[in-house]
Amino acid sequence: MINTKDILETINMIDNENLDIRTITMGISLLSCADSDAKRAAEKVYDKITRSAEGLVAAGERIERTYGIPIINKRISVTPVSMLAAASGGDPTVYARTMDRAAKELGVNFIGGYSALVHKGFSAGDRELIASIPEALSETEFVCSSVNIGSTKSGINMDAVALMGEAVVRTARLTADRSCIGAAKLVVFMNAPEDNPFMAGAFHGPGEPDLVLNVGVSGPGVVRAAVAKHPDADLSVIADVIKKTAFKITRMGQLVGTVASDMLGVPFGIVDLSLAPTPAVGDSVAHILEEMGLETCGVPGTTAALALLNDAVKKGGVMASSHVGGLSGAFIPVSEDAGMIDAARDGTLTVEKLEAMTAVCSVGLDMIIIPGDTTAETVSAIIADEAAIGMVNSKTTAVRVIPAIGKNVGDELEFGGLLGSGPVMKLNDAKSSARFVRRGGRIPAPLQSLKN
Amino acid sequence: MKAVITVIGRDTVGILAKVSSACAEKGANIIDVTQSVMRDMFTMIMLVDIDGLTSDFSDLSSSLEALGEEIGMKVHVMHEDIFNSMHRI
Repeated sequence: MINTKDILETINMIDNENLDIRTITMGISLLSCADSDAKRAAEKVYDKITRSAEGLVAAGERIERTYGIPIINKRISVTPVSMLAAASGGDPTVYARTMDRAAKELGVNFIGGYSALVHKGFSAGDRELIASIPEALSETEFVCSSVNIGSTKSGINMDAVALMGEAVVRTARLTADRSCIGAAKLVVFMNAPEDNPFMAGAFHGPGEPDLVLNVGVSGPGVVRAAVAKHPDADLSVIADVIKKTAFKITRMGQLVGTVASDMLGVPFGIVDLSLAPTPAVGDSVAHILEEMGLETCGVPGTTAALALLNDAVKKGGVMASSHVGGLSGAFIPVSEDAGMIDAARDGTLTVEKLEAMTAVCSVGLDMIIIPGDTTAETVSAIIADEAAIGMVNSKTTAVRVIPAIGKNVGDELEFGGLLGSGPVMKLNDAKSSARFVRRGGRIPAPLQSLKN
Repeated sequence: MKAVITVIGRDTVGILAKVSSACAEKGANIIDVTQSVMRDMFTMIMLVDIDGLTSDFSDLSSSLEALGEEIGMKVHVMHEDIFNSMHRI
């Protein structure tokens, strides 16, 4: 019989430490739906999504019941819509409305892929899609959007960076009556992965198969509880403890992915080994760092602790899964993490410290609420800084900031649900970055040798 | 295929009997049982064969969870694969 201790450990992880599968995300290629007539293309998109993902939610629920493990989100990612817009021309928001309708019909939580890949330049459909993002996100409920503005091999497309700063601000303005929620569904990427199951940045890359199933695991609470059992251990021991815990969490993701792909007859893609926090107490990445010995997340030492955590999660997870991909690492979304929210409120965690943290963790400046009067140029400059970190370090970075329209430092913004809430954080923008951003052009790709 | 049923809560009379008869009713064959009582806290782990279930897995777990609520115990019914994959290489 299976070891009693192991059984009780698993149950404790689920009941008390918020262990869950964060998402099963079905990737659906829409390349077969491209048509010179936008209306016809939209019909094909609706049919393909609803046909391919018909059993997704039911399969997820059946797995939850059988294995007793919660699956929080069932999601869909699709081919970057700019590719459909390239074929059809016209207003791309018709695709956003179609995606929204399909998501509602299927009962999924989010659908991602209102996206464009412009890291080296714009092709047909890209500029139209970027210009339409604010409308698309304000008119839909489930659609998420992302744009890749740079890569280590191509450099940073600063024209796209300038456009995205405007898109972020305009999206926040158009959804100001709903806590500026549109901006929470818009991610600007550097080195975007094509198989990421996490929102808002999920899209189905053009190199992916027709259909694929990706799984995102979670479990900051489990890691924190494991670290808490070793209050006096040195950091070598802590790294080992995290690796072992990450292994167990990832094995569960691998199992769920395999079973779900069998049930749905869709090939299994990857497990994304991410520690994704939620605003729930006991599900915080910041609290893991604090458990390691930092009084509050954001004090000196935070970057080092996060680097250890991020690396140990990957090392533990890699062996537990046949294919690892997506973002894989620790997320640090401020408004979605109870510990980060507290640290930001008391001023210990600043945007500048978060920027440093993004150099060693899996994504970037995520779910940060900034003053409502922040200019588009400042947002663009933040995007450029973050992209530079990702470009030089050959890693994914991203920016998802939410200008809180009508609010300023000291105020709070509340999204509800997994997106959480948080304080408006101070930016160092008394002096302007506008002239730099307005230059446009491309920042050349960095040298990959002579690394210092 | 096998499932693991765990029952945790304050010890009272007849827990094992009630859980066993619920299993029998649904066609789950009990293979192994281990239980312990520490300071009034009762923990029972039961391994059952689910190949001969008279209905589906979900029905077995909902009826056992409902029984758990009735007798004031926390009951989990989980497919054994989750433990095998998490705790064995």
